[in-house]
Amino acid sequence: MGDTQTRKSEFSNHEKCSCNCNDLSAILARYDNDPTRLMDILIEVQTQCGCVSDEAVKVIAKAINYSSVDVEQTLSFYHFLSQTPTGKYAVYLNDSAVAEMMGREEIAKTFEKEVGCKFGTVSEDGKIGLFNTSCIGMNDQEPSAIINQRVFTKLTKAKVAKIVNGMKNNLDIEDLIGTEVQSNILKQGPILTKDTEIGEAIKKAISMRPEDVIEEIRQSNLRGRGGAGFPTAMKWRFCREAVGEKHYVFCNADEGEPGTFKDRVILTERPQLLFAGMTIAGYAIGSDEGILYLRYEYKYMEEYLEEILSNMRKEGLLGNDVVGEKGFNFDIRIQFGGGAYICGEESALLESAEGKRGEPRDRPPFPVVKGYLQQPTAVNNVETLCSVAKIMHKGAKWYRSLGTFDSTGSKLISVSGDCEKPGVYEIEWGFSVNDVLKMVGAKDVQAVQVGGPSGNCVAPNEFERKLAYEDLSTGGSLIVIGKKRDLLKDIVLNFTEFFIEESCGSCVPCRAMTSQYKNKLEKIIRGNGVAEDIDQMLAWENVMISNRCGLGQTAANPILSTIKNFRELYEKKINKDTNFVSEFNLDAAVQESCKTANRIPNLGGAHE
Amino acid sequence: MSKILININGKDYSAEPGKMVLDIAKEVGIYIPTLCHYEGIKPQGSCRICTCKIDGRNMTVCTTPATHRMVIETNTEELEKIRATIVELLFAEGNHFCPACERSGNCELQALAYRYKMMVPQFPYIFPAKDIDAKNPKIMIDHNRCILCKRCIRRKQEPENPSWFVFKDRGNKVQINLDHELTADFDDELAQKAMDTCPVGAIIRKEKGFDVPIGSRKYDKNPIGSDIENQGVTL
Ligand SMILES: Cc1cc2nc3c(=O)[nH]c(=O)nc-3n(C[C@H](O)[C@H](O)[C@H](O)COP(=O)(O)O)c2cc1C
Ligand code: SF4
Ligand code: SF4
Ligand code: FES
Ligand code: FES
Repeated sequence: MGDTQTRKSEFSNHEKCSCNCNDLSAILARYDNDPTRLMDILIEVQTQCGCVSDEAVKVIAKAINYSSVDVEQTLSFYHFLSQTPTGKYAVYLNDSAVAEMMGREEIAKTFEKEVGCKFGTVSEDGKIGLFNTSCIGMNDQEPSAIINQRVFTKLTKAKVAKIVNGMKNNLDIEDLIGTEVQSNILKQGPILTKDTEIGEAIKKAISMRPEDVIEEIRQSNLRGRGGAGFPTAMKWRFCREAVGEKHYVFCNADEGEPGTFKDRVILTERPQLLFAGMTIAGYAIGSDEGILYLRYEYKYMEEYLEEILSNMRKEGLLGNDVVGEKGFNFDIRIQFGGGAYICGEESALLESAEGKRGEPRDRPPFPVVKGYLQQPTAVNNVETLCSVAKIMHKGAKWYRSLGTFDSTGSKLISVSGDCEKPGVYEIEWGFSVNDVLKMVGAKDVQAVQVGGPSGNCVAPNEFERKLAYEDLSTGGSLIVIGKKRDLLKDIVLNFTEFFIEESCGSCVPCRAMTSQYKNKLEKIIRGNGVAEDIDQMLAWENVMISNRCGLGQTAANPILSTIKNFRELYEKKINKDTNFVSEFNLDAAVQESCKTANRIPNLGGAHE
Repeated sequence: MSKILININGKDYSAEPGKMVLDIAKEVGIYIPTLCHYEGIKPQGSCRICTCKIDGRNMTVCTTPATHRMVIETNTEELEKIRATIVELLFAEGNHFCPACERSGNCELQALAYRYKMMVPQFPYIFPAKDIDAKNPKIMIDHNRCILCKRCIRRKQEPENPSWFVFKDRGNKVQINLDHELTADFDDELAQKAMDTCPVGAIIRKEKGFDVPIGSRKYDKNPIGSDIENQGVTL
């Protein structure tokens, strides 16, 4: 994983910024100078100018009656928003663990060679910028990169040379090479099967009382697919009962957990089903507005999804009097994020949607009571909402017949890493890890990371465990790690760095402890660890669970779950017969000052 | 409003519903350390030092309103360990050279380090390179000492007024950012208020200092929390 310096442009402000940042009136007018739409404003300025300069910050601040630093507060939080120029073409190369496994390093080198600048900088002529970024949801087709909001997958050295050549010749981004994101659906289940006429599903819901829709969902035993597994019906009931001027439905399409890409596939293949699910949620909780919070990495889908929404409006499936039902109005808009894993956490998502930095809120109050703009809000995952539409169409009883008693229905899993057939599989809950490994053609497996970095690193002796809320719970990410990998260095360290990079920085233990974990882990990897280091890392867990949100609470999981399940890897690397290894090397420490002072070190053997 | 019943450290108390657990504990003479909390401004649990066990879960009491039959533990060994570790983390992540600091003796972080008898943190010091922002005519912001508690950010008079203090960046790169245009005409009163809001020596008034000599400062004689713990109130 690239260090944090390589993620944002390091240019001093204004160098090579040649755009007309002052004229932002059209953009500002489009959002009515509304500070809660600051994300949209910043994204548009970034797209237009390649950065949001100090000048632009001032203009925006004035228009929305913010201080300049307040605009900067939002701006500086997000990966894809930059205060300094990012180049005519801004290349964001994924540096997640799976990208590394698939040969990212060589691709990065090729980019640097062809472009002639290092990651974290922009080429001399200001044309091409190279940056690292966290998982972009393409783990089944890595190495991949985002260039000007388009995704380039399965990069090879030859492809990179072609792309760079095209950029140097000012080709239109669409002409570089065709966009080639593949859906890779390798097993279809009830959600992905196209047997639901979505108008029928919505009609069915509307023929019932909202309370009965919630009851039907309760009967189905549907639980949230975003990771936490909260019962959907209960969330909706709380939200429906909460008093507010207006209720909101949010679909969480931030999909930032490394290794998860199933929401991307749903959004590509079954968007109508999702929008129907949001509409049904709106009817159930008493809302007329749905917002799809879509991660910036999926900006390439914007036109496609807007077209689908517009067609649905034409067909009377969205808008006023949905499916001809007098008085039931519901419409959906897309809200883009700016690149931040933490914005998948539901309260951070709402902050972000309100134009702020994506910092999770204290709870209580919960979003169902005080959510978007302080109004009652139901936030649900993409897959949850698709399941809702299916349940409406086929009934709770049908749904309960799938999966296990406690985990009903199906689950989309995104499988990547060391296997023959990476892609999306829709399985019933209750499949074992072994079942999955067989399905995806994985051999010589050292470990499986279930549920992404925040989940669990499972060893072969537990491969009979079942994917289910009551056993191995997962939001959908399964990363197969072959025997040839160095688990601590290639995986655990990368994941730990991911959390350091993605913390919002508010809680002390999340901000400061995760780096301390990393230091310890590196010390052990270097071969300088002792037994006490392992014990300390285990003891710190209590401090981590005191963090405000799930990110900080699970940021040490990569280390903690591998100490638990692969302790021998740590034991092998530590020094057993001592409780202290000095990492201090006097020779090295005085080198620089001696060079400066032009002296020859005289260490007098003291360092022996 | 009718009172509710809550249990703190094994004893029942009646309390006003909706009141923060931290405030109720204080009234009954139980001190729970705080850093990011400041009386009179909206709490936002970011330092996590006030973490207590509420109905078996770790929760920050500065942000949690009391509800009927809540069971709270404030001072178990595990919780005290968490608090001591948080203090150590803050010392390791910043650059705190207390003997040279105007706030020494008045500093909440230093006072808590004494409370937890910290000699050196268990963590290696990070020694981050941090700046001092002295552009404002009345105050300086020393990022070396800032513990990112956000008290200065949250102490805003009217919510609709533009913010003077904000965060910048994220993760371990976050820092406080002051709007120099809006604060160019800071007067002494505002400067003093800003300094008083800060728990440590990160906001310091210019051209003024060491009014109270070291040795006679707030925590020099009375350890932090002793005012609450010595109330001896039983309700
Ligand atoms: C750090 C973090 C990241 C998260 N990312 C996502 C995400 O990308 N997508 C998602 O649906 N839920 C995510 N969640 C869970 C959400 O907070 C929330 O529980 C979920 O959107 C609720 O929807 P559900 O009940 O349908 O699962 C995340 C949680 C945390 C703590
Ligand atoms: S746990 Fe980490 S990411 Fe979550 S609120 Fe705290 S600092 Fe932010
Ligand atoms: S400057 Fe002071 S009040 Fe503001 S965040 Fe830093 S420590 Fe807290
Ligand atoms: S005082 Fe409660 S979290 Fe800081
Ligand atoms: S004495 Fe605490 S920061 Fe100065």
